[in-house]
This record gives sequence, C-alpha cells and structure tokens, in this order.
Amino acid sequence: MNARRETLRGWGFAAPALIWTALLFVVPFAVMGAMSLAVLDGRTLIWGLHFDNYAALTEKAYLLRAIFVSLEITVTVTVVSILLAYPLAWVIAFHVPPRWQRLVLLLTILPFWTSYVVRSYAWLLVLAREGVVNTALTGLGLTAEPVTLASTRFATVTGFVHFFVMLLTLTIYANLIQLSPNYRRAAMDLGASAFQTFRHVILPLTLPGIMTGAFLTFVLCIGDYITPQILGGNNELTVPQVIMVQLGRRADFPLASALAIVLMAIVTLAYLGFARWLRLDRV
Amino acid sequence: MMRLLPWLYLAAMFTFIYLPVGVLVLFSFQDGGLPVPPVEGLSLRWYADILTDRRLVDALTNSLIVAISSGAVAVVLGFCAAYALARHVLPGAALLRGLLIAPLTVSYLIVGLGLLMVMNRLGIGLSLWTAGIGHVVINLPICFAIIYASMGAQHKNAERAARDLGANEAQVVLLVTVPMLAPAILAAFFLSVTLSWDEFIIAFLLTRFDVTLPVEIWNLLRSGLSPRLNAVGSIVFLVSVTTVLVLELLVFRRRRS
Amino acid sequence: MTATVTVEALDHWFGELHALKDIVLEIEAGEYVTLLGPSGCGKTTLLSILGGFLDPSRGRVLIGGRDMTHVPPAKRPTTTMFQDYALFPHMSLRDNVAFGLRMGGMARRARHARADEMLDLVGLAADGSRRPHELSGGQRQRVALARALAVQPEVLLLDEPLGALDLKLRRSMQDELKAIQRRVGTTFVHVTHDQEEAMAIADRIVVMNAGRIEDAGSPSRIYRRPATLFAAGFMGEMNRIPARTTGDGIETPFGPLAMAAPVTGDLVLCLRPEAILQGEGTAGTLDMGRAEVLDVAFFGTHCRAHLRPEAAPDLVLVAHLPPADPPEAGKHLTLSAQAKDLTLYPKEA
Repeated sequence: MNARRETLRGWGFAAPALIWTALLFVVPFAVMGAMSLAVLDGRTLIWGLHFDNYAALTEKAYLLRAIFVSLEITVTVTVVSILLAYPLAWVIAFHVPPRWQRLVLLLTILPFWTSYVVRSYAWLLVLAREGVVNTALTGLGLTAEPVTLASTRFATVTGFVHFFVMLLTLTIYANLIQLSPNYRRAAMDLGASAFQTFRHVILPLTLPGIMTGAFLTFVLCIGDYITPQILGGNNELTVPQVIMVQLGRRADFPLASALAIVLMAIVTLAYLGFARWLRLDRV
Repeated sequence: MMRLLPWLYLAAMFTFIYLPVGVLVLFSFQDGGLPVPPVEGLSLRWYADILTDRRLVDALTNSLIVAISSGAVAVVLGFCAAYALARHVLPGAALLRGLLIAPLTVSYLIVGLGLLMVMNRLGIGLSLWTAGIGHVVINLPICFAIIYASMGAQHKNAERAARDLGANEAQVVLLVTVPMLAPAILAAFFLSVTLSWDEFIIAFLLTRFDVTLPVEIWNLLRSGLSPRLNAVGSIVFLVSVTTVLVLELLVFRRRRS
Repeated sequence: MTATVTVEALDHWFGELHALKDIVLEIEAGEYVTLLGPSGCGKTTLLSILGGFLDPSRGRVLIGGRDMTHVPPAKRPTTTMFQDYALFPHMSLRDNVAFGLRMGGMARRARHARADEMLDLVGLAADGSRRPHELSGGQRQRVALARALAVQPEVLLLDEPLGALDLKLRRSMQDELKAIQRRVGTTFVHVTHDQEEAMAIADRIVVMNAGRIEDAGSPSRIYRRPATLFAAGFMGEMNRIPARTTGDGIETPFGPLAMAAPVTGDLVLCLRPEAILQGEGTAGTLDMGRAEVLDVAFFGTHCRAHLRPEAAPDLVLVAHLPPADPPEAGKHLTLSAQAKDLTLYPKEA
C-alpha cells in the first residue's frame, strides 16, 4: 500500500520531465527520421520510404565534399587543440603555485563567456585584411601586403581551436591534478628522466582525460554552424552549413533531415571509437 | 632560459586566448568607423548607439526573459525528475535516466531542426516561446544530471527525519530537500541561464520576429564590421562573466562553509 | 648492495618553520634503522632529504662516504617506498617491478626475469601479469617493496609502509620486512609513529621530536634507559614521580634516593609499570610503602592496576601486576622498585 503510493508519487514527480523530453525531443527526432525518408516534389512533401536523399549523398559531389570538409576540419581542430592544450594544462598544474591555480584556470577559460557568435566575429576582426594580425605583419615588415586570413579554412580552424583549447585545458587539467604526486616521485626515484616519466607514466595516466576532451571536441566541432559560417568564407561548406542551405533556399526538409541523420551517424561512430576511454578508468 | 619556458608558453597561450576578447573590447571604444587598427581615439558613442537601438535593447530583454524562464522551467522539471529517480524505486530507472540525458548527446542544430519541423507541421508559429521550449529541451538534461548527482545519502536521512517528525510530502520537499540542495539547484539554474543566454542555433531556427540577442547580433553581422558589434559583444561578455562570478561565489563559498 | 648513511649538521626550514634542527646521524651498512616520532616531528622530512626529494637548507648527506646532498633521486643509490605505494596502475606487476631496470637500460627478457625473481622474493611469483587494482593492500605493499629492491639500491627508504594495514597484517608484514632485509642486506631506513613496530623491527631506533633527535640506540636500551623524558614517554607508558635535589642527595616522596642527579633542582623520576614490584624491597631498592588499589583491568598477559601510594596521595601509579590472582579494588599493597629500573630527568618547564 505504502510502497505502491510511493511508486505512484515517484512517477508523478518524474512525469513532467519525461513527457517534455518525449514530446519535444523524441518525437521531433522521429519526425526527422521519417522526414529523411520523404521526398520533395516541387512544393509538395511526399512521405514514404524514399531513399533518394541518402542516395543524393553519393551522387551529388558537393554533399560528399561537405562531409570530407567537415571531417578534415574536425580532425585538424582536435589534434591541434590537444597539442596546444596539454602543455598549457601541464604548466598550470605543475608550475603555477597551488594557491593560484584556480584563478589562473578561471582566467584561462573566461573568454568562454563571450557569446559564441561574438567570439567568431572577433576573430574575423583579428584576421581581417585590415585587422590586428595583418597590421602587425606589415608593420613589422614580415610581409609586403596584407595576407588573406579571414574567410578561409585557416580562420575556421583558428576560431575552433581557440574555443576548444579552453575546453581541453580544463579536462586535461582535471586529470593531471588528480594524479598522486608520488607517481612522478616513484618514477624519478627509479631512475626515469623527466621525459621518460612523462612518456611511461604521466601520459598513459592522462589518456582518459585527453580522449574525453577529444571526443567532446569532435562532436561539438562537427555539428557547429556558426564558426564556419562566419569565418570560413563560401568556398567550401561544412555539413551544418549545407543543412542550413537546404533549409533556407529550397526549404528542402527531407534532404536536410537526411544530412542531419548522417551527421548523427558520424558522431555515433566516433563514440564507438572513443568508447574505450570514455569508461571511467581506475587510477 | 629553460626555466622560463613554461612561463613563456603560458604568456603566449594567454595572448592567443585573449586576442579576440581584447580586440573586441578595445575597438568598442574606437572613435572611427571601423573596428580595426589604427585606434582613432577613444569614445563611448558606440555604447550610446546600441543602448538607444530599439531592436538591440529588445533583443537583450528577450534574451534575459527566455534565459531566466527556460532556466526556471528546466530546473523545476529537472529537480522533480531527480527527486523521483533518486528517492523512489521506478522500473526501468536506468532507461529513464538515459532518456533524460539523451538530448545532451545530440547537436543543437539537430534538436532545433527537429522542433522546427514539428512546429511547421502543427502550424505553430515561431516566437520566443518556441525558442524557450527548445532551450528547456537542452537544459533539462543538465539540470537533471547536476541535481541527481547531488542527492546523496545524507540528504535521504534528513528527509526521513522530517517525515518521522510528522511532515507531509510537500513539506518535506519544500522545507527540507530544496533548501539542502540549494547549491546544486542554483548551480543548475545559473548554468542553464548562461547556456540559454548565449545559445544561437536553436534561437535562430525557432524565432521569427522577436529574436534573442545572439540572433540579433547575427543579423547585424550581415551589414559588415562595425564598432557597434564590438560594443554589444563587450556588454554580453560583461553580463556573462558577472553571472559566472556570482555562481562561483554562491556555490563555492557555500561549499567551503 | 648496501652502504653507510651519514647525516652531518642537517638543518631544514620550510619558510618560517624550523623543521629539522642540527641532525647528526650515523647508520651502518646493513642496519635496519627506524625513525620514530609523533606527527610533525620531522621524520618524513628527514627521509625525503635522504631520498633526494628535498634539498636541505644546511648540512650534508653522505651515502657510502660520497656526498649526495644535492644529487637528484634518479642518480642516488637510494629507492623510496611511498606510503600510498604509488604503483603504476596502467602497468602489470611485472612491468611495475621492472620499471627501474628499464630506466637503467636493461633488455626486456633480462628485466622480466629479474622482476619475476623479485616477485618471488615477496611471495607473489604467480601474479606477474595482474594489475595493481586487483590486489589487496598488503599485496600492493609487497609489490612496492619488490619494485624498490629490484634496482639493488644501497639504501631503502620506507615511508610509514605499514600504516594502511590492519593490525594482524601489520604484525606479519613486520616479520617479513625484517626477514627480507636480512636476506638482501641493504640498509633500511623506516619511518613510523608506532613504537611497538619500531621495537619489533629495528636494529636501532632514532626517536625524534619537534625536529630534533631525542635518543638513538637499540630498542632495549631506549626502552629501559631512555636519554630524555620525551623518549621515555614515547616508548611506552611511564610513571612520573616528582623529585628534588637537596644538599646531599635526591629527595622523593618515598624517601631519599642514592643516585646521581642530572641537574640540580626539580627532577622527574621515571618508572615503567612492569617494574613496580610487590613486597618489601631488599638492599638497593626503593621502598614505596603501602598503596591502595583503585582499579584493576585484566589484559591477558598482565593486570593493569591504578594505585594510590600513602606516601604520596596526589600521585596515581600505573602498575602491571601478574595476571593470576589480581587484587581487588580497595586492597592495600606494598610496593618497591629496583634501582636499575629508575631513571631521572630534569623537570621540563
């Protein structure tokens, strides 16, 4: 009696959130799935089991190109961000006095809180032909003419790396700070040089942190519309950009849905690839 | 030289990280017409300009309204769900938890796209309400996760003690559970507000005439580079940072005592 | 391998805190020495300096006669066994134990063979492929020992190695550590706060307090004739009886005492509970007269009794009486003690 009442009460509390998620997340998701199997005939939407949209991916070069562009950019961003963030996290964890570490960390990620749109815009300013970087380059005499930096893949990658270095510094730092200082001491005690200590002990033990951050970076980067749109110019488009194009010009929801599903599939594959490290390791 | 290497690297990275923010704020005071070098004198006219811009001020207000209300809804729903799953034995609890967390795993673009299609089919007009709904969808998992993780055994015992002393369910929740979890609830709320405040793609897809600030900024971008955008960006930055500092003081100060 | 350890005039400051004050110590090759003292006495600091993890503010450390004061841990002929063992969680036990050998450049087959030898020495021969998290605390500790000994150090430093184990396990590990040290012959320096552990294991105990060495010597000597009042109290329960020097001797509540006084003025006379004897004394003993039994508790090997002597009613003595036929509370006993069991110290301010 009492147990039954309790369970009912539990359901009562859980219901609003569950209903919200079911109606406003699961259902739209299902609709999108169905939509990806639909077809646009002029202005009319025809439901059914059409695989035309998915076939288009192999037929239309620009769609396939977009997938490759997205992957290339995302992998580059992930690798570069890790290479820049790891030493930064290391310096904060092991060289900054413990009292100041929280503050330095906070300062490192403070620019997180410029609006995402605003931050990409700011990079546009920095990399513009008349912007600070070019002014510095021509001013110092390193180049004769301003270099085209904005509206290129370089700008997109820079914008992304800027964001993800902050994120990765956080995750890698959290991992580093957790390690008992005795691991380093024991390694050194047994004759390891600083580099050997890093290679054989610290790096393996921080791999979970790196991989978690890398996965997060991969997923967020590949699904992002803003940064490539503001900084990338129009010479090559990423998958999110192509999706938005389908929505805007032709209101081609079916194709947009199919592309979205493909994006999700890529993310799922990435998850399976990273799954090993995403489980909590025993340290 | 070797000893200085870590500090040089730190300085170099900080320069990289603060370059856009620095440029943003510096050139918001630009007296000239373009937010690029050289600095032609300092002036506050762009701030005056945007603060009198009807559309921007409206967008800012809209952002605040959407952020606070969607944050509030997300927190209440998240709290109730956390309370349900942490304090009651429900069949398939693991599945339910997974369902509630699921939206976190999907790109915001896809969440927005799905909702857009549903709204279209149902003939529901796009507005701040629809954007708010979308924000609740993405913030609910976060609120749930944060609050669920904070509901520990010691809280359970306090609740038992309250029931033992004669409190009914509503009283237990309102007078015991909520106050005990205040830090987590507030943290979840502020996090949701910050995320909603800054969110672009869902707001972009799901609003039409009344827009939020990020969308309005996006619209302004169409007209090219201008110190006006710098001024807007600087204000947005200031507001966000303040919220974070408030969060830091509220949550971490509390935890220390 | 083994070597002597010499510490000369060592001082160390942590900012304002004077952690080690003029430490002088000579350890023989192959000796098992414990550094014993309460928390904060400086024993771990001293161990860190011996291991090379800290550079002392002043003074020298010589190992095998060579000045090692500023030599880093990697180049020092010492290895340290850490309190939390610090086994590398991502490596097998064999790779853990072989780590030092790998850093020294030994080839894989050779170092794996040696690692297996060491694991055999500590009784874990069959477990080479397992991971640290699969082991219990006691087993991990043995792996840590094997890893430290694999590189054949001249001196092994142990930082409260048995602290995390329960009592029974601790006792058996004490025996094992002693046995292994005998076999290997390496100089062991072992930090602990447990005086029973120190007595069970050490060839020599170094008692430390507030950065200073209070006493150093064999367990039996330190226990029976401690050099300072602190050492006396730290090594076990102690009765403290007030005494004073007079014109021609020492005056105690129980009468005059024919012993040499360390200083003039107020003194503390110390007597171990098990040294209190029943019955009247013979020549050369201190007669303490009658005392009332306040309470008695049975401890298996002895009975612990609190007694109030009539000659000094303010005093409560603790005595270990024979376990058979304990006296009841309220009964009166006659007590005495032998001169050789009495020690005198200046009264501390």
